[in-house]
Amino acid sequence: MRSPLIPEMATQEVQLNETLVHLKTESETLKSKLEEERAKLHDVELHQVAEKVEGLGQFVMKTRRTLKGHGNKVLCMDWCKDKRRIVSSSQDGKVIVWDAFTTNKEHAVTMPCTWVMACAYAPSGCAVACGGLDNKCSVYPLSLDKNENLAAKKKSVAMHTNYLSACSFTNSDMQILTSSGDGTCALWDVESGQLLQSFHGHAADVLCLDLAPSETGNTFVSGGCDKKANVWDMRSGQCIQSFETHESDINSVRYYPSGDAFASGSDDATCRLYDLRADREVAIYSKESIIFGVSSVDFSLSGRLLFAGYNDYTINVWDVLKGTRVSILFGHENRVSTLRVSPDGTAFCTGSWDHTLRIWA
Amino acid sequence: MEIFGSNQTEFNHPAQNPTHSSAFIFFHKKTSKMSGSSNLVAMKKVVQQLRFEASINRVKVSQAAADLQQFCMQNALQDPLLTGVSSSTNPFRPQKVCSFL
Repeated sequence: MRSPLIPEMATQEVQLNETLVHLKTESETLKSKLEEERAKLHDVELHQVAEKVEGLGQFVMKTRRTLKGHGNKVLCMDWCKDKRRIVSSSQDGKVIVWDAFTTNKEHAVTMPCTWVMACAYAPSGCAVACGGLDNKCSVYPLSLDKNENLAAKKKSVAMHTNYLSACSFTNSDMQILTSSGDGTCALWDVESGQLLQSFHGHAADVLCLDLAPSETGNTFVSGGCDKKANVWDMRSGQCIQSFETHESDINSVRYYPSGDAFASGSDDATCRLYDLRADREVAIYSKESIIFGVSSVDFSLSGRLLFAGYNDYTINVWDVLKGTRVSILFGHENRVSTLRVSPDGTAFCTGSWDHTLRIWA
Repeated sequence: MEIFGSNQTEFNHPAQNPTHSSAFIFFHKKTSKMSGSSNLVAMKKVVQQLRFEASINRVKVSQAAADLQQFCMQNALQDPLLTGVSSSTNPFRPQKVCSFL
């Protein structure tokens, strides 16, 4: 037992502890109140509402193109708005821009770091952003001149204190949103490299993010190692909704096309659908036979199909409304690490640890 | 950019690709701990955030689910992966054709 020399210090310490206890109790009360409010509105399951909907038939989806050229694990990819170009990044530090129709490589950049975990195409199609273990996000303008050294024009935009896990341009080439192993997300001005807004709230590495469809306003969702998916207001930096039902790291988040919901994929081998207006999880996509983690998810254009890439090398296609699996796709020879549906919904692309990318349709 | 506690990332360079049975983490994603000195400030923020989240307006799941379903139905015909667009219209489906110019 310590006896403080100054009596006031003892009183202050007691007061501090009391306030802390008081706050803890209030936080517990609020958490139960939150659960109660959410439960009150849980009058039915999504698949029950969807019982009357016609079931989906057989799907024939095959690999239509294989993009070979990376020397190591493909970690990330993104489509260009022109629906044919793709940027991909790899463990060996290479970032490649492909024409998916012809499978030709149009540009290649070697980053100064390995594990380039994030890459994104600019809306204009004139630049790509990427980053990873260098803790930065850099923008490379794409030149029409094949001989020009892209690395020379590189612009460092974002600076985190840990690895960059994901990046995305906003509606224009002017701003980039990033997520990092340092537990934060951030919004940056590309031209000046200035930090416009930072987003604090995750208790561990943030692994993924997705911007809301532009009609729905200025929000984005992030997922992290703290098993939480947070929805953020881009202007204020505030976390407006938080969901914690996954049992392990959330590797991927993607908005439903209407913007009213989002899906997540996790190391707990499930995908889940969260409705933003009901403020709760409304569906789980899982099977006892699926035991490997989900690395990436994306919706088809109407939101009826959810494509998910798994660490067991497969892609499972889920009926979003009914909660059932409609197809399982084989082809990759190692983990599927990234998956995106093309902007016009005619195909989706997967990247894998087997060094290749595949276009499926 | 504040770091939440010590958040060193150690990573293993796998010599080979991981086998099907080994689900090892290829780099260590550590859960961070809150730094001790600002416990009170942190708790206040947590309570503030919870108060905010508790106060938002919610709709019933039946209503939200119906809206999700309606969106799917309305856009079903415009979804090429759902309807299975024929080879002639899907740029990825036809085989590559070499043509002499």
